[in-house]
Amino acid sequence: MENIIKGKAFVLGDDIDTDQIIPAQYLVYKLDDEEERKKYGELAMSGVPDAQSGLPDGHIPFVQKGKWTTDYAIIIGGKNFGCGSSREHAPFALNIAGVKAVVAESYARIFFRNSVNGGYLVPFETPSRLIEKIATGDEIEIDVQSSTLKNLTRDESFELCSLGDVEKILRAGDVFAYAKEAGMIEMR
Amino acid sequence: MAMTITEKILAKHAGRDRVEPGENIWIDVDVLMTHDVCGPGTIGVFKKNFGANARVWDVEKVVIIPDHYIFTENFHANRNVDILREFVKEQNLPYYYDPGTDRYKGVCHVALSEEGHTRPGEVLFGTDSHTCTAGAFGEFATGIGNTDAGFVMGTGKLWVKVPPTMRFVFEGELPPYLMAKDLILHTIGEIGVDGATYRAMEFAGDGVYSLNIEERMTLTNMVIEAGGKNGVIEPDEITETFVKSRTNKPFTVVRNDPGVNYYSTHEFRTAELEPTAAKPHSPDKRALVRELKDVKLTRAYVGSCTGGKITDFKAAASILKGRTCAVPTFIVPATTEVAKRLKEERLGGQSLEDIFLAAGAQVGPASCAACLGGPEDTFGRLNGPEVCISTTNRNFPGRMGSKEAQVFLASPLTVAASAVAGRISDPRDYLS
Repeated sequence: MENIIKGKAFVLGDDIDTDQIIPAQYLVYKLDDEEERKKYGELAMSGVPDAQSGLPDGHIPFVQKGKWTTDYAIIIGGKNFGCGSSREHAPFALNIAGVKAVVAESYARIFFRNSVNGGYLVPFETPSRLIEKIATGDEIEIDVQSSTLKNLTRDESFELCSLGDVEKILRAGDVFAYAKEAGMIEMR
Repeated sequence: MAMTITEKILAKHAGRDRVEPGENIWIDVDVLMTHDVCGPGTIGVFKKNFGANARVWDVEKVVIIPDHYIFTENFHANRNVDILREFVKEQNLPYYYDPGTDRYKGVCHVALSEEGHTRPGEVLFGTDSHTCTAGAFGEFATGIGNTDAGFVMGTGKLWVKVPPTMRFVFEGELPPYLMAKDLILHTIGEIGVDGATYRAMEFAGDGVYSLNIEERMTLTNMVIEAGGKNGVIEPDEITETFVKSRTNKPFTVVRNDPGVNYYSTHEFRTAELEPTAAKPHSPDKRALVRELKDVKLTRAYVGSCTGGKITDFKAAASILKGRTCAVPTFIVPATTEVAKRLKEERLGGQSLEDIFLAAGAQVGPASCAACLGGPEDTFGRLNGPEVCISTTNRNFPGRMGSKEAQVFLASPLTVAASAVAGRISDPRDYLS
């Protein structure tokens, strides 16, 4: 995990479920195949209805046609981000597309856990509703240690919630690295 | 201090006398379930971290049930099942239910109970958010991702945060026009799609205990739709009789301590409830069915882990018997056992399957089918701007296929009445 996470914002609404993040019909590609895994990046966020894709205006593709990485490294969401199915494909599709962090008012439990335990992205919680204060395309900088988000485009700063217990897992890399460091499991 | 069922099960599996909500603890796992969508990824995580020659921690505790994308020509989807098959062979796993053989079952959450893998007092993790269904048997059951499942596969352990328990009490037996689906849609509408996030949802009251085991599973199945970590119902004689009819494995029933503290308590009188639906595009967009009578439909769907059990089809058949569906109607039994019973169970001398076929409905093979969309050739999938009423559990944009489609969730009684009318209809208008 980097100490400073920088990138453009992609803004979404409330209750973004995992079918919107990666539609179920695409949960079939192999991750250990260099070419196939790119499909997850290409299709990330393809289930979001067009009018809600990239607020406030919408109709902004998260990934440009023909590409498998996004221009937006930071997702700003509302309440209950990642609700719905338990598919780990959701956080790893975002990871493959190049997302480094999500900032949301709250998370569905399994998405949050998958993001942390798999080490795919940093799921920050924000005590204030940022989806009306940040626009898609704004340049964002997050300082992990001080839990602050700066909107460089609008010269505004916001406090985020501290990562708490999960920071240790994110710093180790994933839950396996963490458990190994803590001497809880022996692995190859 | 007194503990809830969920706390007591977790304490026991952590080797402790007591635990408190909010604590992070490591627990021993009794059953790990995975399927064709998340199994290959789980196996990948397991091998990457424990080595190419690693063995699962206990072959008796790993259950693999392909169910999502079974009847499809899609190459990649079929390859997922091949990966499971190869792994099962390599690891000598006894509990595998292979498509194309007599052992094939269908939807994992219903298959788990039919095959005796759901037992009171145990801990069950599955790579599917609706794993919470098994809480109907008085156990701790919840959904996890591939990384967590890979970890369990190698170690038999996982860390969890102990959830506080919300209690939902339904007073009074259900009137004939209500089903468990109405109760849970009412509950989710009450607390919202994130109203139980990180918490256990316990169901109680004589309304709940008047339900058969399948209807109880419909309640616990949908706790995830309120963000719940697990759902739970304290076992009674109905639970124990069912479990003993499916397995010889011993189990210990866990009950709430007297005087236990709940996070919150919510009481409802079933006599005051009416047939309930969820409007697009969220399970908490609650409406009374009678308020939706102007909604014209293009499709009806009866199936899935929450709405494709024999109780669901008996209910649908009670309305469809002798009537004709006004819109294309899709019937998908959850499992092959349910499919068999569709041919055996009779209503007024006619099998349930014959009733559906005579009404003009299509009956598909057992699987998850269009509940979650799936590959484009999936039976019943919404491939365009359909307006569908469905007994399934989730209606977020694109859930059943096209993101142009609209999905209304309702009980099998309401779906059957609506299929006949071609618009959303109250089952009370059809029940004699």
